[in-house]
Amino acid sequence: MPEVTKLIHKYLRHDKKFPHVWCPGCGIGIMLGALIRAIDRIGYEKDEIVLVSGIGCSGRLPVYVDFNTLHTTHGRALTFATGVKLAKPNLKVIVIMGDGDAVAIGGNHFIHAARRNIDLTAIILNNSVYGMTGGQYSPTTPYGMRSTTTVYTNIEQDFKISELAVTAGAVFVGRGTVYHAKLLDSLIEQALLKKGFSVVEVISHCHTQYGRQNRLGSAVEMMEWQRDYALPVEKALRMKPEELKDKILIGVLIDKELPVYQDEYEKIRERAKEVVER
Amino acid sequence: MVEGALRAGCRFFAGYPITPATEVSEILSVRLPQVEGTFIQMEDEIASLGAVIGASLAGVKAMTATSGPGFSLMQENLGFAIIAEVPCIIIDVMRGGPSTGLPTMPSQSDVMQARWGTHGDHPIIVLSASTVRECYEMTIKAFNFSEKFRTPVILLIDEVVGHMREKIVLDDQEEIEIFNRVKPTMPPEWYIPYEDTPSGIPSMANFGEGYRYHVTGLTHDIRGFPTSRPDEIGPFIARLHRKISQNFSEIHTGEFYQTDDAEITVIAYGCVARSAKRAVIEAREKGVKVGLLKLMTIWPFMRSAVEKVLQTSKALIVPEMNMGQISREVKRVNRGVTRVVTLNKVDGTIITPEEIMNRIMEISDARSN
Repeated sequence: MPEVTKLIHKYLRHDKKFPHVWCPGCGIGIMLGALIRAIDRIGYEKDEIVLVSGIGCSGRLPVYVDFNTLHTTHGRALTFATGVKLAKPNLKVIVIMGDGDAVAIGGNHFIHAARRNIDLTAIILNNSVYGMTGGQYSPTTPYGMRSTTTVYTNIEQDFKISELAVTAGAVFVGRGTVYHAKLLDSLIEQALLKKGFSVVEVISHCHTQYGRQNRLGSAVEMMEWQRDYALPVEKALRMKPEELKDKILIGVLIDKELPVYQDEYEKIRERAKEVVER
Repeated sequence: MVEGALRAGCRFFAGYPITPATEVSEILSVRLPQVEGTFIQMEDEIASLGAVIGASLAGVKAMTATSGPGFSLMQENLGFAIIAEVPCIIIDVMRGGPSTGLPTMPSQSDVMQARWGTHGDHPIIVLSASTVRECYEMTIKAFNFSEKFRTPVILLIDEVVGHMREKIVLDDQEEIEIFNRVKPTMPPEWYIPYEDTPSGIPSMANFGEGYRYHVTGLTHDIRGFPTSRPDEIGPFIARLHRKISQNFSEIHTGEFYQTDDAEITVIAYGCVARSAKRAVIEAREKGVKVGLLKLMTIWPFMRSAVEKVLQTSKALIVPEMNMGQISREVKRVNRGVTRVVTLNKVDGTIITPEEIMNRIMEISDARSN
């Protein structure tokens, strides 16, 4: 049996009626594939994985996979995940969000989860638009681009999700694209293995909404754009700032060590018990 | 409330500081880590209830505490806990509103927010307390109802009761009746997470215990998967209501005080019930046949208890620290049978026994003339 068929049989839910909700050519499937391959390589048990999502196209992802799955309210996935992880630290909690989820309505939860360094992995699909609601501009829609709510072009500056995560204190931040599928596999695997708050930003495309409104062509053409504009972060170090204009840096942006919330809370419990005994 | 929660088995608290509910957070931040529990201060109330729901899904009894403005922020995830049937407790120590309102002053103005604050048609269990002992007892009851009926339970306390100091004797752990959620016993492949059982309450698997299933805020079928089929949506919403409505008699908690022969009955809850009791005692001394119905279950509304006092009463008095949120329910049950007199106060001060007494005497005098 080919590897992909084995993975499909092992990880996709058989009792859930397909087809899925995503448009043909969407990048979410590539991200899901990368996630499943990473989980399979590491060898997690399906029972120990909790997959949490917010609302939007990416929010629909957990329903198709055979883990403990939790589809929460818009932007709040990280808060639910925090509760799950603190209540049962032995579970591996993975959070799937879109750009609207993570840095618009859930922006506050995102920076605070990073600051606390809770042992969670956040995978953020950034397609620069609110796809499911019909293509409105999001906090990652670049300046000057069109959407159904910026028909005269967007006048706001866009959030750089990975850089925001680094600044907020995430211990691991990686950025990939759905074009660079092998890199994505590796980034997600590294993020899952990292203890602490890890982030993988996945640059994807929404040819149905964002692409159509900005005349960027088909899914394939938008993925070719990812190929042309992405630049490995190691290469960027040797380049001049003017050469980096409009480029998207991909690879591991930060990998550092900080005390993990759960470990620190164990110490608090010890201290609290000493107080009782005294 | 804290001791009640810990005895009921609460081992997780997530909250955000807010007057006049902060003391619950402060004490739990000390007590929970002593008993292998977890306390976390989140970035806001939305996150607090999110974390509480997450912890409960993972199998740990969880709660939060807040006041009006924070409770408003929790409405979104409250709806999630209702539709996904996740047990959890919200204590709302009510203060004056709207908006920032009166942070340090009492009120009972969240009665309708507790009932209808979150969107969509939904049942809800809301309890209240008027003494420190009742705070303890009703917190245990809240956890038991929540676990039994798989629903969030709200404990509405007013600022007066929240800050009250009274001596109480706490029970030994063995003496307390604790209800824990019913877990599935069948093999995982047979488990139907949202099965339409006669009780309306499906068994609940915790994350990580071998029953992998899908939890969603979307309207879902019996397997937990999103559905837009009318023949699945209708029975699901009906079941959510049924699991509460067919257990009214168990959920309804109240106290009838001298109501057997009462011609005038005061219906009150929270700190107002204390003033009302004093007024009833004084009026009885003057020979007026007056009684008190103290509501400890606010929602679902205690219709049968009100119907019972209507059998003898010629007038009902409903004093409350809002513009009339429970009195409308009383009027709805009354359906014009007798007089329903309201006594509303929204100036940040409590309703005194004298004020209720005056209203009793007015009615009594008018009747004897």
